[in-house]
Amino acid sequence: MFAYHFMVNAFRAGTIVAIVAGVAGWFMVLRRETFAGHTLALVGFPGAAGAVWLGISATWGYFGFCTASALLIAALPRSARGARAEESSAIGIVQAFALAAGFLFVSLYRGYLNGVNALLFGSFLGITDAQVLVLLLVAVGALAALGVIGRPLLFASVDPDIADARGVPVRLLSVAFLVLLGLTVAEVSQITGTLLVFALLVMPAATGQVVSARPVRSLAITVGVALAVTWAALVVAYYSPYPIGFWVTTFAFAVYVGALGARRVRRRRAVMVVA
Amino acid sequence: MTGVDRAPMTRPDAIERATAAGPAIEARHAAVRIGGRTVWEHLDLRIDRGEFVAVLGPNGVGKSTLIRAVLGLLQLSAGELRVLGARPGVHNSRIGYLPQRQTFDAGLRVRGADVVRLGLDGDRWGLPLGGRGRRKHEQAQLVAEAINQVGAEALAERPIGEVSGGEQQRLLIAQALVRRPDLLLMDEPLDSLDLPNQASVAALVAGICASGVTVVMVAHDVNPILGYLDGVVYLGPGGAICGPPEQVMTSENLTRLFHTPIEVLRASDGRLVVVGQPEPPAFHADRHSH
Repeated sequence: MFAYHFMVNAFRAGTIVAIVAGVAGWFMVLRRETFAGHTLALVGFPGAAGAVWLGISATWGYFGFCTASALLIAALPRSARGARAEESSAIGIVQAFALAAGFLFVSLYRGYLNGVNALLFGSFLGITDAQVLVLLLVAVGALAALGVIGRPLLFASVDPDIADARGVPVRLLSVAFLVLLGLTVAEVSQITGTLLVFALLVMPAATGQVVSARPVRSLAITVGVALAVTWAALVVAYYSPYPIGFWVTTFAFAVYVGALGARRVRRRRAVMVVA
Repeated sequence: MTGVDRAPMTRPDAIERATAAGPAIEARHAAVRIGGRTVWEHLDLRIDRGEFVAVLGPNGVGKSTLIRAVLGLLQLSAGELRVLGARPGVHNSRIGYLPQRQTFDAGLRVRGADVVRLGLDGDRWGLPLGGRGRRKHEQAQLVAEAINQVGAEALAERPIGEVSGGEQQRLLIAQALVRRPDLLLMDEPLDSLDLPNQASVAALVAGICASGVTVVMVAHDVNPILGYLDGVVYLGPGGAICGPPEQVMTSENLTRLFHTPIEVLRASDGRLVVVGQPEPPAFHADRHSH
Protein backbone atom coordinates (compact mmCIF):
# COMPACT_ATOMS: atom_id res chain seq x y z
CA MET A 1 0.00 0.00 0.00
CA PHE A 2 2.72 2.48 0.94
CA ALA A 3 4.61 1.58 -2.22
CA TYR A 4 2.34 4.06 -3.97
CA HIS A 5 3.24 7.68 -3.44
CA PHE A 6 -0.41 8.72 -3.67
CA MET A 7 -1.21 6.54 -0.65
CA VAL A 8 1.67 8.02 1.34
CA ASN A 9 0.33 11.46 0.56
CA ALA A 10 -3.18 10.37 1.45
CA PHE A 11 -1.97 9.24 4.88
CA ARG A 12 0.01 12.43 5.38
CA ALA A 13 -2.94 14.63 4.44
CA GLY A 14 -5.39 12.50 6.42
CA THR A 15 -3.26 12.70 9.56
CA ILE A 16 -2.86 16.46 9.34
CA VAL A 17 -6.56 16.97 8.71
CA ALA A 18 -7.68 14.59 11.47
CA ILE A 19 -5.65 16.41 14.12
CA VAL A 20 -6.78 19.91 13.21
CA ALA A 21 -10.37 18.76 12.72
CA GLY A 22 -10.36 17.10 16.13
CA VAL A 23 -9.14 20.16 17.99
CA ALA A 24 -11.25 22.76 16.15
CA GLY A 25 -14.27 20.43 16.13
CA TRP A 26 -14.01 19.95 19.88
CA PHE A 27 -14.37 23.69 20.45
CA MET A 28 -17.10 23.92 17.79
CA VAL A 29 -19.21 21.26 19.52
CA LEU A 30 -18.61 22.86 22.93
CA ARG A 31 -19.67 26.25 21.55
CA ARG A 32 -22.75 24.85 19.79
CA GLU A 33 -21.55 26.29 16.50
CA THR A 34 -22.08 23.22 14.32
CA PHE A 35 -24.55 25.16 12.22
CA ALA A 36 -21.92 27.76 11.39
CA GLY A 37 -19.50 24.93 10.61
CA HIS A 38 -22.00 23.38 8.24
CA THR A 39 -22.49 26.67 6.44
CA LEU A 40 -18.74 27.14 6.05
CA ALA A 41 -18.50 23.67 4.53
CA LEU A 42 -21.25 24.34 1.99
CA VAL A 43 -19.73 27.67 1.00
CA GLY A 44 -16.48 25.82 0.32
CA PHE A 45 -18.14 23.91 -2.51
CA PRO A 46 -18.70 26.82 -4.92
CA GLY A 47 -15.25 28.05 -3.90
CA ALA A 48 -13.60 24.81 -4.95
CA ALA A 49 -15.78 24.32 -8.03
CA GLY A 50 -15.18 27.92 -9.10
CA ALA A 51 -11.45 27.55 -8.64
CA VAL A 52 -11.40 24.39 -10.79
CA TRP A 53 -13.45 26.16 -13.44
CA LEU A 54 -10.98 29.05 -13.48
CA GLY A 55 -8.09 26.62 -13.67
CA ILE A 56 -6.77 27.26 -10.17
CA SER A 57 -6.21 24.54 -7.58
CA ALA A 58 -9.37 23.65 -5.64
CA THR A 59 -7.31 24.10 -2.45
CA TRP A 60 -7.28 27.87 -2.88
CA GLY A 61 -10.99 27.93 -3.61
CA TYR A 62 -11.72 26.13 -0.34
CA PHE A 63 -9.45 28.35 1.73
CA GLY A 64 -10.57 31.59 0.12
CA PHE A 65 -14.31 31.00 0.34
CA CYS A 66 -14.30 29.37 3.78
CA THR A 67 -12.24 32.16 5.36
CA ALA A 68 -14.26 34.91 3.70
CA SER A 69 -17.57 33.41 4.77
CA ALA A 70 -16.25 32.91 8.32
CA LEU A 71 -15.59 36.64 8.48
CA LEU A 72 -19.04 37.29 7.05
CA ILE A 73 -20.78 35.11 9.63
CA ALA A 74 -18.75 36.81 12.37
CA ALA A 75 -19.92 40.18 11.08
CA LEU A 76 -23.61 39.23 11.24
CA PRO A 77 -25.27 41.04 14.13
CA ARG A 78 -26.44 38.66 16.79
CA SER A 79 -28.66 39.02 19.81
CA ALA A 80 -27.08 38.95 23.21
CA ARG A 81 -27.72 35.35 24.14
CA GLY A 82 -27.72 32.90 21.28
CA ALA A 83 -31.21 33.57 19.96
CA ARG A 84 -30.43 33.44 16.28
CA ALA A 85 -33.74 32.76 14.54
CA GLU A 86 -33.29 35.49 11.95
CA GLU A 87 -29.66 34.68 11.45
CA SER A 88 -30.43 31.02 10.88
CA SER A 89 -32.90 31.75 8.08
CA ALA A 90 -30.35 34.05 6.44
CA ILE A 91 -27.74 31.30 6.71
CA GLY A 92 -30.18 28.76 5.27
CA ILE A 93 -30.64 30.93 2.21
CA VAL A 94 -26.89 31.30 1.81
CA GLN A 95 -26.44 27.52 2.09
CA ALA A 96 -28.92 26.78 -0.70
CA PHE A 97 -27.39 29.46 -2.91
CA ALA A 98 -23.88 28.16 -2.26
CA LEU A 99 -24.81 24.66 -3.38
CA ALA A 100 -26.55 25.97 -6.49
CA ALA A 101 -23.63 28.24 -7.41
CA GLY A 102 -21.19 25.37 -6.96
CA PHE A 103 -23.25 23.19 -9.24
CA LEU A 104 -23.29 25.97 -11.83
CA PHE A 105 -19.50 26.26 -11.74
CA VAL A 106 -19.16 22.51 -12.20
CA SER A 107 -21.48 22.65 -15.21
CA LEU A 108 -19.56 25.57 -16.70
CA TYR A 109 -16.34 23.63 -16.30
CA ARG A 110 -17.74 20.81 -18.48
CA GLY A 111 -14.69 18.76 -17.67
CA TYR A 112 -14.26 15.61 -15.72
CA LEU A 113 -17.84 15.18 -14.44
CA ASN A 114 -16.77 12.87 -11.65
CA GLY A 115 -15.31 16.01 -10.02
CA VAL A 116 -18.67 16.84 -8.45
CA ASN A 117 -18.54 13.61 -6.51
CA ALA A 118 -15.04 14.30 -5.27
CA LEU A 119 -15.95 17.84 -4.21
CA LEU A 120 -19.10 16.78 -2.38
CA PHE A 121 -18.15 13.39 -0.99
CA GLY A 122 -14.38 13.40 -0.83
CA SER A 123 -11.46 11.69 -2.48
CA PHE A 124 -7.99 10.63 -1.41
CA LEU A 125 -6.59 10.13 -4.85
CA GLY A 126 -4.12 12.46 -6.44
CA ILE A 127 -3.13 14.56 -3.42
CA THR A 128 0.07 16.30 -4.47
CA ASP A 129 3.16 17.03 -2.40
CA ALA A 130 2.41 20.73 -2.72
CA GLN A 131 -1.10 20.19 -1.40
CA VAL A 132 0.21 18.28 1.61
CA LEU A 133 2.61 21.11 2.34
CA VAL A 134 -0.19 23.70 2.22
CA LEU A 135 -2.37 21.52 4.47
CA LEU A 136 0.51 21.17 6.91
CA LEU A 137 1.32 24.87 7.05
CA VAL A 138 -2.30 25.94 7.54
CA ALA A 139 -2.85 23.22 10.16
CA VAL A 140 0.25 24.21 12.12
CA GLY A 141 -0.85 27.84 12.02
CA ALA A 142 -4.39 27.04 13.13
CA LEU A 143 -3.22 24.75 15.93
CA ALA A 144 -0.69 27.31 17.13
CA ALA A 145 -3.42 29.95 17.25
CA LEU A 146 -5.75 27.61 19.14
CA GLY A 147 -2.87 26.85 21.50
CA VAL A 148 -2.56 30.53 22.34
CA ILE A 149 -6.28 31.29 22.74
CA GLY A 150 -7.27 27.85 24.10
CA ARG A 151 -7.96 28.64 27.73
CA PRO A 152 -9.77 31.96 27.34
CA LEU A 153 -11.71 30.43 24.43
CA LEU A 154 -12.81 27.61 26.74
CA PHE A 155 -13.84 30.20 29.34
CA ALA A 156 -15.74 32.26 26.77
CA SER A 157 -17.42 29.12 25.41
CA VAL A 158 -18.54 27.80 28.78
CA ASP A 159 -19.63 31.10 30.32
CA PRO A 160 -19.42 34.22 28.11
CA ASP A 161 -20.95 36.55 30.74
CA ILE A 162 -18.45 35.85 33.46
CA ALA A 163 -15.57 35.66 30.98
CA ASP A 164 -16.54 39.12 29.71
CA ALA A 165 -16.65 40.52 33.23
CA ARG A 166 -13.19 39.05 33.84
CA GLY A 167 -11.76 40.92 30.88
CA VAL A 168 -11.66 38.07 28.37
CA PRO A 169 -12.18 39.54 24.87
CA VAL A 170 -15.23 37.36 24.17
CA ARG A 171 -16.29 39.00 20.91
CA LEU A 172 -12.78 38.97 19.46
CA LEU A 173 -12.31 35.32 20.40
CA SER A 174 -15.59 34.47 18.71
CA VAL A 175 -14.40 36.05 15.45
CA ALA A 176 -10.97 34.46 15.71
CA PHE A 177 -12.47 31.05 16.31
CA LEU A 178 -14.82 31.33 13.33
CA VAL A 179 -11.87 32.14 11.06
CA LEU A 180 -9.93 29.16 12.45
CA LEU A 181 -13.01 27.03 11.94
CA GLY A 182 -13.21 28.25 8.33
CA LEU A 183 -9.60 27.21 7.74
CA THR A 184 -10.22 23.84 9.35
CA VAL A 185 -13.35 23.20 7.31
CA ALA A 186 -11.41 24.05 4.16
CA GLU A 187 -8.78 21.48 5.13
CA VAL A 188 -11.23 18.74 6.00
CA SER A 189 -13.29 19.33 2.85
CA GLN A 190 -10.32 18.35 0.74
CA ILE A 191 -10.40 14.82 2.17
CA THR A 192 -14.03 14.16 3.08
CA GLY A 193 -15.74 16.50 0.61
CA THR A 194 -18.14 19.31 1.44
CA LEU A 195 -21.05 17.20 2.61
CA LEU A 196 -19.15 14.82 4.87
CA VAL A 197 -17.03 17.37 6.72
CA PHE A 198 -18.92 16.64 9.91
CA ALA A 199 -17.64 13.06 9.93
CA LEU A 200 -14.32 14.43 11.19
CA LEU A 201 -15.46 17.73 12.65
CA VAL A 202 -18.41 16.71 14.82
CA MET A 203 -18.43 12.98 15.41
CA PRO A 204 -15.01 12.57 17.09
CA ALA A 205 -15.63 15.69 19.22
CA ALA A 206 -19.09 14.50 20.22
CA THR A 207 -17.59 11.12 21.10
CA GLY A 208 -14.84 12.70 23.21
CA GLN A 209 -17.35 14.81 25.12
CA VAL A 210 -19.58 11.80 25.74
CA VAL A 211 -16.68 9.79 27.14
CA SER A 212 -15.19 12.43 29.43
CA ALA A 213 -16.18 15.78 30.93
CA ARG A 214 -12.56 16.67 31.67
CA PRO A 215 -11.49 19.13 28.94
CA VAL A 216 -7.96 17.82 28.45
CA ARG A 217 -8.99 14.18 28.41
CA SER A 218 -11.96 14.63 26.10
CA LEU A 219 -9.85 16.71 23.72
CA ALA A 220 -7.23 13.94 23.62
CA ILE A 221 -9.91 11.31 22.98
CA THR A 222 -11.34 13.48 20.20
CA VAL A 223 -8.03 13.71 18.36
CA GLY A 224 -7.41 10.00 18.92
CA VAL A 225 -10.77 9.04 17.46
CA ALA A 226 -10.33 11.36 14.47
CA LEU A 227 -6.91 9.84 13.70
CA ALA A 228 -8.05 6.24 14.14
CA VAL A 229 -11.13 6.75 12.00
CA THR A 230 -9.15 8.45 9.22
CA TRP A 231 -6.41 5.83 9.11
CA ALA A 232 -8.88 2.94 9.20
CA ALA A 233 -10.96 4.54 6.45
CA LEU A 234 -7.87 5.03 4.24
CA VAL A 235 -6.84 1.40 4.60
CA VAL A 236 -10.31 0.03 3.96
CA ALA A 237 -10.95 2.42 1.08
CA TYR A 238 -7.70 1.27 -0.53
CA TYR A 239 -8.81 -2.36 -0.54
CA SER A 240 -12.52 -1.78 -1.27
CA PRO A 241 -14.41 -0.30 -4.20
CA TYR A 242 -16.32 2.15 -1.99
CA PRO A 243 -15.37 5.83 -1.47
CA ILE A 244 -13.35 7.16 1.47
CA GLY A 245 -16.08 9.56 2.60
CA PHE A 246 -18.38 6.63 3.24
CA TRP A 247 -15.82 4.80 5.36
CA VAL A 248 -14.79 7.83 7.43
CA THR A 249 -18.41 8.61 8.19
CA THR A 250 -19.34 5.01 8.96
CA PHE A 251 -16.42 4.41 11.31
CA ALA A 252 -16.91 7.73 13.10
CA PHE A 253 -20.61 7.02 13.48
CA ALA A 254 -19.92 3.53 14.83
CA VAL A 255 -17.48 4.90 17.43
CA TYR A 256 -19.98 7.55 18.52
CA VAL A 257 -22.81 5.04 18.88
CA GLY A 258 -20.45 2.73 20.75
CA ALA A 259 -19.51 5.52 23.17
CA LEU A 260 -23.16 6.37 23.80
CA GLY A 261 -23.96 2.71 24.41
CA ALA A 262 -21.03 2.32 26.79
CA ARG A 263 -22.15 5.34 28.77
CA ARG A 264 -25.68 3.96 29.07
CA VAL A 265 -24.42 0.60 30.27
CA ARG A 266 -22.12 2.31 32.78
CA ARG A 267 -24.98 4.43 34.13
CA ARG A 268 -27.30 1.47 34.44
CA ARG A 269 -24.63 -0.38 36.33
CA ALA A 270 -24.13 2.64 38.61
CA VAL A 271 -27.86 2.79 39.28
CA MET A 272 -27.92 -0.92 40.09
CA VAL A 273 -25.03 -0.53 42.51
CA VAL A 274 -26.81 2.32 44.24
CA ALA A 275 -30.04 0.35 44.37
CA MET B 1 -25.22 41.93 63.08
CA THR B 2 -26.48 40.07 66.09
CA GLY B 3 -28.52 36.96 66.63
CA VAL B 4 -27.33 35.19 63.50
CA ASP B 5 -25.16 32.13 63.84
CA ARG B 6 -22.52 32.34 61.15
CA ALA B 7 -20.51 29.36 59.99
CA PRO B 8 -16.95 29.34 61.37
CA MET B 9 -15.15 29.77 58.06
CA THR B 10 -12.76 32.44 59.25
CA ARG B 11 -9.61 32.96 57.23
CA PRO B 12 -7.05 35.06 59.06
CA ASP B 13 -5.78 36.76 55.90
CA ALA B 14 -9.31 37.69 54.87
CA ILE B 15 -10.08 39.18 58.29
CA GLU B 16 -6.91 41.22 58.03
CA ARG B 17 -7.91 42.54 54.62
CA ALA B 18 -11.42 43.25 55.82
CA THR B 19 -10.21 45.50 58.57
CA ALA B 20 -7.98 47.45 56.18
CA ALA B 21 -8.72 51.14 56.07
CA GLY B 22 -11.43 52.67 53.93
CA PRO B 23 -14.79 51.51 52.68
CA ALA B 24 -15.14 48.72 50.09
CA ILE B 25 -17.42 50.82 47.90
CA GLU B 26 -18.14 54.52 48.17
CA ALA B 27 -20.28 56.62 45.83
CA ARG B 28 -20.78 60.39 45.91
CA HIS B 29 -23.48 62.04 43.81
CA ALA B 30 -22.97 59.25 41.29
CA ALA B 31 -25.14 59.08 38.18
CA VAL B 32 -25.32 56.83 35.14
CA ARG B 33 -26.90 57.56 31.78
CA ILE B 34 -27.44 54.85 29.19
CA GLY B 35 -28.64 55.85 25.74
CA GLY B 36 -29.68 59.32 26.92
CA ARG B 37 -31.79 57.95 29.79
CA THR B 38 -30.73 58.62 33.36
CA VAL B 39 -30.72 55.25 35.11
CA TRP B 40 -30.03 56.73 38.52
CA GLU B 41 -28.50 59.91 39.87
CA HIS B 42 -27.52 61.60 43.17
CA LEU B 43 -26.48 58.20 44.47
CA ASP B 44 -24.59 58.38 47.74
CA LEU B 45 -23.57 55.16 49.41
CA ARG B 46 -20.90 53.66 51.58
CA ILE B 47 -20.34 49.94 52.01
CA ASP B 48 -17.72 49.09 54.62
CA ARG B 49 -15.36 46.16 54.35
CA GLY B 50 -16.73 42.87 55.64
CA GLU B 51 -20.36 43.93 55.32
CA PHE B 52 -23.17 41.97 53.70
CA VAL B 53 -25.27 44.48 51.78
CA ALA B 54 -28.32 43.91 49.61
CA VAL B 55 -29.22 46.09 46.64
CA LEU B 56 -33.00 46.11 46.41
CA GLY B 57 -35.62 47.74 44.26
CA PRO B 58 -38.10 47.10 41.45
CA ASN B 59 -37.14 45.86 37.98
CA GLY B 60 -35.53 48.36 35.63
CA VAL B 61 -34.35 50.67 38.37
CA GLY B 62 -30.67 50.03 37.67
CA LYS B 63 -29.55 47.45 40.23
CA SER B 64 -27.47 45.49 37.73
CA THR B 65 -26.24 48.81 36.33
CA LEU B 66 -24.84 49.62 39.75
CA ILE B 67 -22.93 46.31 39.77
CA ARG B 68 -21.58 46.98 36.27
CA ALA B 69 -20.50 50.45 37.31
CA VAL B 70 -18.65 48.99 40.32
CA LEU B 71 -16.85 46.63 37.93
CA GLY B 72 -15.93 49.55 35.69
CA LEU B 73 -17.85 48.05 32.76
CA LEU B 74 -19.68 51.34 32.26
CA GLN B 75 -18.80 54.94 33.01
CA LEU B 76 -20.48 57.31 35.41
CA SER B 77 -22.01 60.39 33.83
CA ALA B 78 -21.49 62.36 37.02
CA GLY B 79 -20.17 62.02 40.55
CA GLU B 80 -17.56 59.70 41.91
CA LEU B 81 -17.30 55.99 42.64
CA ARG B 82 -14.43 54.36 44.58
CA VAL B 83 -14.06 50.58 44.73
CA LEU B 84 -11.52 49.09 47.18
CA GLY B 85 -9.93 52.51 47.33
CA ALA B 86 -9.45 53.03 43.59
CA ARG B 87 -11.30 53.77 40.37
CA PRO B 88 -13.79 51.05 39.29
CA GLY B 89 -12.04 48.37 37.25
CA VAL B 90 -8.59 48.83 38.81
CA HIS B 91 -8.97 46.05 41.39
CA ASN B 92 -11.18 43.69 39.40
CA SER B 93 -8.82 40.80 40.08
CA ARG B 94 -9.78 41.17 43.76
CA ILE B 95 -13.50 41.08 42.97
CA GLY B 96 -15.56 37.94 42.52
CA TYR B 97 -18.61 38.43 40.29
CA LEU B 98 -21.71 36.34 39.63
CA PRO B 99 -23.83 37.79 36.82
CA GLN B 100 -27.56 37.37 36.62
CA ARG B 101 -28.00 34.21 34.65
CA GLN B 102 -29.88 31.41 33.09
CA THR B 103 -28.73 27.90 33.91
CA PHE B 104 -26.06 26.06 31.93
CA ASP B 105 -27.14 24.04 28.91
CA ALA B 106 -27.99 20.50 30.07
CA GLY B 107 -25.71 19.06 27.39
CA LEU B 108 -22.63 20.99 28.47
CA ARG B 109 -20.03 18.30 29.10
CA VAL B 110 -17.54 20.16 31.29
CA ARG B 111 -17.01 19.23 34.94
CA GLY B 112 -17.97 21.62 37.71
CA ALA B 113 -14.37 21.58 38.93
CA ASP B 114 -13.16 22.75 35.50
CA VAL B 115 -15.66 25.60 35.54
CA VAL B 116 -14.41 26.63 38.99
CA ARG B 117 -10.85 26.43 37.72
CA LEU B 118 -11.63 28.81 34.86
CA GLY B 119 -12.29 31.41 37.55
CA LEU B 120 -8.64 31.09 38.50
CA ASP B 121 -6.86 31.14 35.15
CA GLY B 122 -9.53 31.29 32.44
CA ASP B 123 -8.45 34.77 31.38
CA ARG B 124 -4.83 33.75 30.77
CA TRP B 125 -3.64 32.90 27.28
CA GLY B 126 -2.48 29.39 26.61
CA LEU B 127 -3.86 25.87 26.65
CA PRO B 128 -6.22 24.70 29.39
CA LEU B 129 -3.63 22.20 30.58
CA GLY B 130 -2.70 23.72 33.92
CA GLY B 131 0.78 24.59 35.06
CA ARG B 132 3.60 22.30 36.03
CA GLY B 133 5.05 21.13 39.33
CA ARG B 134 4.49 23.37 42.34
CA ARG B 135 2.35 25.91 40.52
CA LYS B 136 0.02 23.14 39.35
CA HIS B 137 -0.22 21.84 42.89
CA GLU B 138 -1.00 25.31 44.28
CA GLN B 139 -3.69 25.91 41.70
CA ALA B 140 -5.32 22.54 42.36
CA GLN B 141 -5.27 23.43 46.05
CA LEU B 142 -7.02 26.77 45.48
CA VAL B 143 -9.71 25.09 43.35
CA ALA B 144 -10.23 22.36 45.95
CA GLU B 145 -10.49 24.94 48.76
CA ALA B 146 -13.08 27.00 46.90
CA ILE B 147 -15.16 23.91 46.14
CA ASN B 148 -14.84 22.81 49.74
CA GLN B 149 -15.94 26.22 50.98
CA VAL B 150 -19.29 25.93 49.19
CA GLY B 151 -19.69 22.26 50.09
CA ALA B 152 -19.72 21.05 46.47
CA GLU B 153 -17.05 18.33 46.55
CA ALA B 154 -19.33 15.62 45.19
CA LEU B 155 -20.93 17.88 42.56
CA ALA B 156 -17.65 19.12 41.16
CA GLU B 157 -16.81 15.82 39.48
CA ARG B 158 -20.03 15.80 37.44
CA PRO B 159 -20.66 17.69 34.17
CA ILE B 160 -22.07 21.06 35.21
CA GLY B 161 -25.02 20.74 32.83
CA GLU B 162 -26.25 17.73 34.77
CA VAL B 163 -26.48 19.26 38.25
CA SER B 164 -29.46 21.28 39.50
CA GLY B 165 -29.79 25.07 39.42
CA GLY B 166 -28.96 25.43 43.11
CA GLU B 167 -25.92 23.20 42.72
CA GLN B 168 -24.75 25.18 39.69
CA GLN B 169 -25.12 28.34 41.77
CA ARG B 170 -22.87 26.84 44.47
CA LEU B 171 -20.22 25.96 41.90
CA LEU B 172 -20.39 29.46 40.42
CA ILE B 173 -19.94 30.93 43.88
CA ALA B 174 -16.88 28.68 44.22
CA GLN B 175 -15.65 30.03 40.88
CA ALA B 176 -16.09 33.60 42.15
CA LEU B 177 -14.23 32.71 45.36
CA VAL B 178 -11.32 30.83 43.82
CA ARG B 179 -9.07 33.88 43.63
CA ARG B 180 -9.89 34.74 47.23
CA PRO B 181 -11.57 38.04 46.44
CA ASP B 182 -12.01 40.91 48.89
CA LEU B 183 -15.36 41.80 47.38
CA LEU B 184 -18.07 39.50 46.05
CA LEU B 185 -20.73 40.98 43.72
CA MET B 186 -23.77 38.82 43.06
CA ASP B 187 -26.66 39.65 40.75
CA GLU B 188 -29.86 37.92 41.89
CA PRO B 189 -28.17 34.64 42.81
CA LEU B 190 -31.30 33.36 44.57
CA ASP B 191 -33.74 34.23 41.85
CA SER B 192 -34.03 30.93 39.99
CA LEU B 193 -33.89 28.75 43.11
CA ASP B 194 -36.63 27.08 45.10
CA LEU B 195 -37.18 28.13 48.71
CA PRO B 196 -34.97 25.54 50.50
CA ASN B 197 -32.13 26.27 48.08
CA GLN B 198 -32.63 30.04 48.57
CA ALA B 199 -32.22 29.54 52.30
CA SER B 200 -29.12 27.35 52.00
CA VAL B 201 -27.36 29.59 49.45
CA ALA B 202 -28.23 32.65 51.59
CA ALA B 203 -26.65 30.96 54.62
CA LEU B 204 -23.61 30.01 52.51
CA VAL B 205 -23.13 33.61 51.37
CA ALA B 206 -23.52 34.87 54.94
CA GLY B 207 -20.77 32.44 55.98
CA ILE B 208 -18.50 33.70 53.20
CA CYS B 209 -19.13 37.26 54.41
CA ALA B 210 -18.25 36.20 57.96
CA SER B 211 -14.88 35.00 56.68
CA GLY B 212 -14.04 38.60 55.83
CA VAL B 213 -15.31 39.05 52.26
CA THR B 214 -17.49 42.07 51.56
CA VAL B 215 -20.66 40.87 49.83
CA VAL B 216 -22.96 43.00 47.69
CA MET B 217 -26.00 41.08 46.50
CA VAL B 218 -28.65 42.36 44.12
CA ALA B 219 -31.88 40.77 45.27
CA HIS B 220 -35.41 40.69 44.06
CA ASP B 221 -36.88 39.39 47.27
CA VAL B 222 -35.21 40.55 50.46
CA ASN B 223 -36.89 38.10 52.82
CA PRO B 224 -34.49 35.09 52.43
CA ILE B 225 -31.41 37.21 53.25
CA LEU B 226 -32.89 39.85 55.56
CA GLY B 227 -31.67 38.12 58.73
CA TYR B 228 -28.05 38.21 57.57
CA LEU B 229 -27.81 41.75 56.23
CA ASP B 230 -25.63 44.53 57.62
CA GLY B 231 -26.96 47.08 55.20
CA VAL B 232 -29.44 47.75 52.46
CA VAL B 233 -29.31 49.93 49.37
CA TYR B 234 -32.83 50.60 48.18
CA LEU B 235 -32.95 51.92 44.63
CA GLY B 236 -36.29 53.27 43.49
CA PRO B 237 -37.75 55.66 40.94
CA GLY B 238 -37.72 58.29 43.70
CA GLY B 239 -34.00 58.00 44.49
CA ALA B 240 -31.93 55.76 46.71
CA ILE B 241 -31.76 55.10 50.44
CA CYS B 242 -28.87 53.32 52.17
CA GLY B 243 -28.35 52.16 55.70
CA PRO B 244 -29.01 49.36 58.15
CA PRO B 245 -32.13 47.33 57.27
CA GLU B 246 -34.13 48.45 60.33
CA GLN B 247 -33.64 52.11 59.45
CA VAL B 248 -34.07 51.90 55.70
CA MET B 249 -36.89 49.42 55.54
CA THR B 250 -39.76 51.36 56.97
CA SER B 251 -43.21 51.71 55.46
CA GLU B 252 -42.73 55.47 54.92
CA ASN B 253 -39.35 55.12 53.16
CA LEU B 254 -40.42 52.38 50.78
CA THR B 255 -43.75 53.99 50.00
CA ARG B 256 -41.94 57.18 49.04
CA LEU B 257 -39.39 55.29 46.92
CA PHE B 258 -41.86 53.17 44.99
CA HIS B 259 -44.65 55.75 44.74
CA THR B 260 -47.01 53.00 45.87
CA PRO B 261 -48.23 51.94 49.32
CA ILE B 262 -45.83 49.43 50.92
CA GLU B 263 -45.89 48.03 54.41
CA VAL B 264 -42.99 46.66 56.40
CA LEU B 265 -44.20 44.31 59.10
CA ARG B 266 -42.37 42.74 62.00
CA ALA B 267 -43.17 39.07 62.32
CA SER B 268 -43.55 37.41 65.72
CA ASP B 269 -39.96 36.08 65.52
CA GLY B 270 -38.65 39.59 64.98
CA ARG B 271 -38.09 39.22 61.23
CA LEU B 272 -38.99 42.06 58.91
CA VAL B 273 -41.35 41.21 56.07
CA VAL B 274 -42.01 43.49 53.12
CA VAL B 275 -45.61 43.46 51.93
CA GLY B 276 -47.04 45.13 48.85
CA GLN B 277 -43.91 45.25 46.69
CA PRO B 278 -44.78 45.94 43.05
CA GLU B 279 -43.89 42.31 42.27
CA PRO B 280 -45.06 39.90 44.93
CA PRO B 281 -42.58 37.05 45.62
CA ALA B 282 -45.10 34.32 44.77
CA PHE B 283 -45.19 35.62 41.22
CA HIS B 284 -41.49 35.80 40.49
CA ALA B 285 -40.82 32.41 42.05
CA ASP B 286 -42.90 30.89 39.24
CA ARG B 287 -41.41 33.09 36.59
CA HIS B 288 -38.34 30.91 36.09
CA SER B 289 -39.98 27.52 36.03
CA HIS B 290 -39.96 27.17 32.27
